[in-house]
Amino acid sequence: MTSRITEEAVVAASVHALRTEPKRRRLAEHFRRYWQLWAMTLPAIGFIIVFAYIPMYGIQLAFREFDVTKGLTGGDWVGFKYFEQFFNNPQFGQIMLNTVNISLWTLVMGFIAPIILAILINQIASPRIKGFTQTITYMPHFISTVVMVAILQIFLAPGSGIMGRFFGDTSLLGDPGAFAHLYWISEVWQHTGWNCIIYLAALSSVDTALYEAAKIDGAGRLQLIRHVDIPALLPTAGILLILNMGSVLGVGFEKVFLMQNTLNIMSSEVISTYVYRVGILGNQFSYSTAIGLFNALVNFAFLILANYIAKRASNTSIF
Amino acid sequence: MSNITGTLDGAPAPKVRPRRPGAPKTPRTKRRIQQRTAGDWAVDIVLGVLIALILAAVIYPLWFIVVASFSDPRAVATGEVTLLPQGFGLTGYEMILADDRIWTGYRNTILYSVLGTAVNLLVTLPAAFAMSRREFRPRRIIMFLFAFTMFFGGGLIPMFLLVKQLGLLNNMWVFILPTAFSVFNMIIARSFFETSIPEELREAAALDGLSYFGYFLKIVIPLSSAIIAVIGLYYFVGHWNDFFTGLIFIRDQELQPLQNVLQQILMANQSSAGAGGSLGQSAGDAQNLADQIKFGVIIVSTLPILVLYPMLQKYFNKGVMIGAVKG
Repeated sequence: MTSRITEEAVVAASVHALRTEPKRRRLAEHFRRYWQLWAMTLPAIGFIIVFAYIPMYGIQLAFREFDVTKGLTGGDWVGFKYFEQFFNNPQFGQIMLNTVNISLWTLVMGFIAPIILAILINQIASPRIKGFTQTITYMPHFISTVVMVAILQIFLAPGSGIMGRFFGDTSLLGDPGAFAHLYWISEVWQHTGWNCIIYLAALSSVDTALYEAAKIDGAGRLQLIRHVDIPALLPTAGILLILNMGSVLGVGFEKVFLMQNTLNIMSSEVISTYVYRVGILGNQFSYSTAIGLFNALVNFAFLILANYIAKRASNTSIF
Repeated sequence: MSNITGTLDGAPAPKVRPRRPGAPKTPRTKRRIQQRTAGDWAVDIVLGVLIALILAAVIYPLWFIVVASFSDPRAVATGEVTLLPQGFGLTGYEMILADDRIWTGYRNTILYSVLGTAVNLLVTLPAAFAMSRREFRPRRIIMFLFAFTMFFGGGLIPMFLLVKQLGLLNNMWVFILPTAFSVFNMIIARSFFETSIPEELREAAALDGLSYFGYFLKIVIPLSSAIIAVIGLYYFVGHWNDFFTGLIFIRDQELQPLQNVLQQILMANQSSAGAGGSLGQSAGDAQNLADQIKFGVIIVSTLPILVLYPMLQKYFNKGVMIGAVKG
């Protein structure tokens, strides 16, 4: 009994000592205990600092005159000169319109399609057919963008392509009005199977008692989907929607770039391809950094906004 | 099923009645049950048709490319090839295998993908493990620093200038280093460590005097083959399909990976495609051959990924689900 009390006293005393100990000693103790965890994290921290935070630091180039001798951080301060140059550019309106148009189509369709596919796959009774359907629909996800665009070109080749021949001699890939649609349709074709995995996971975790209860209440299969499956998918869908909102202006560079040609350039020039053109090809570093920053800020704002709305509306949030 | 409907038919009906007095409850329930079975049939038929259509829409383009690559170029151009190869021919493959660029591209891509994935796993797995330890207090701030980069970045030009200043421009390491660590994959691995490896193991290991290093190497890694396979595949496919790095940072043809070589070949053929229609027979033939090369190149570059795919497929659901646990 007494020994127990003294033991407790010792522990209490050492805890007290630990608290009042100078910060330095506590830090030393922390590193003595956790240096191995630090060592395991350091390479990752290093890569993140060098390849994510240093470029962020380099954003100041957007407000400075590019100077070859000064490199990443730029030369003289010019304020918002390059932002104004972008906003006053006669192409500005068209580029913004194209970016928003392509990404909204892709965002909406790419958001709905996996939900529908997951609900359909979940309805398949036979595990073998279910597995087969999943295997097949995941596959296109692993095709590279270069190959995806090549497939589009082959199928849409005017006159000879499997799809292209229905449109006579007009090339769909050269039609500015078709660009956004070709873009989202091919995105949906490629990624719906893969993106529905997460919804299938959500569906497989639904308590089967819910289905039983609904059946006893006389629910048909469509009603089961309406009243059990869809509510079960909503939280996941909410989070994915928020994340997608963060890329409203983030149309992937590669695919738009590869699908671009002189005929459709009017509707296919988006922010990222424009940054590439004036920055990498045109060497206007400060100007294109400013455009890139504008793009990143708009995306970030949309992410925060979507997160805020979702938090207020349904307590779903990513932060 | 029939049992349930049977009891439904009789017993619960009176219970429901008080809620809606006057409603002809029993006949309505009956009709609804009959409708439901009819509805079941309808749902099954619609479902079957939809799934069949979806499968066809996914498979057919892939199947067509395979078939066309083995067909006579002229038959492909005239649209005779739809489901089966017509007039067997391998001209496309012969042209491809004779092209040095393809071989260099292949060698480069294999080197970048294997080396890159190895570096990825060496950086990601230990970090994920450290981030999964709850007693490691700094993990919250470190996770925030990591996660922030998922939503905001410096953009193309600062990255380009950085790569230039580091001397990585036109250097094979530009394929490995900037993408060495993916926060997304780290979060997946971390969630796996947190949820699938029992905490008791750490306590037991600590009692046996195992340090964090020892525990990670001897206990955690051997138990994590599923998650290593999944994020290894993510990284590998990322490297294999990477087109952006070669486009932006590489000028030297000898260093270009397969995807960029592929794009050069496809672009060269694309520019002649516009003129193909109005020219004579020989130009038409040249165009057909160019298409044939396209089919072959697509197959040759995608095959290795599709070979890996069935082997790792069983892990996919698991991997994505784990990633979903913590978003």
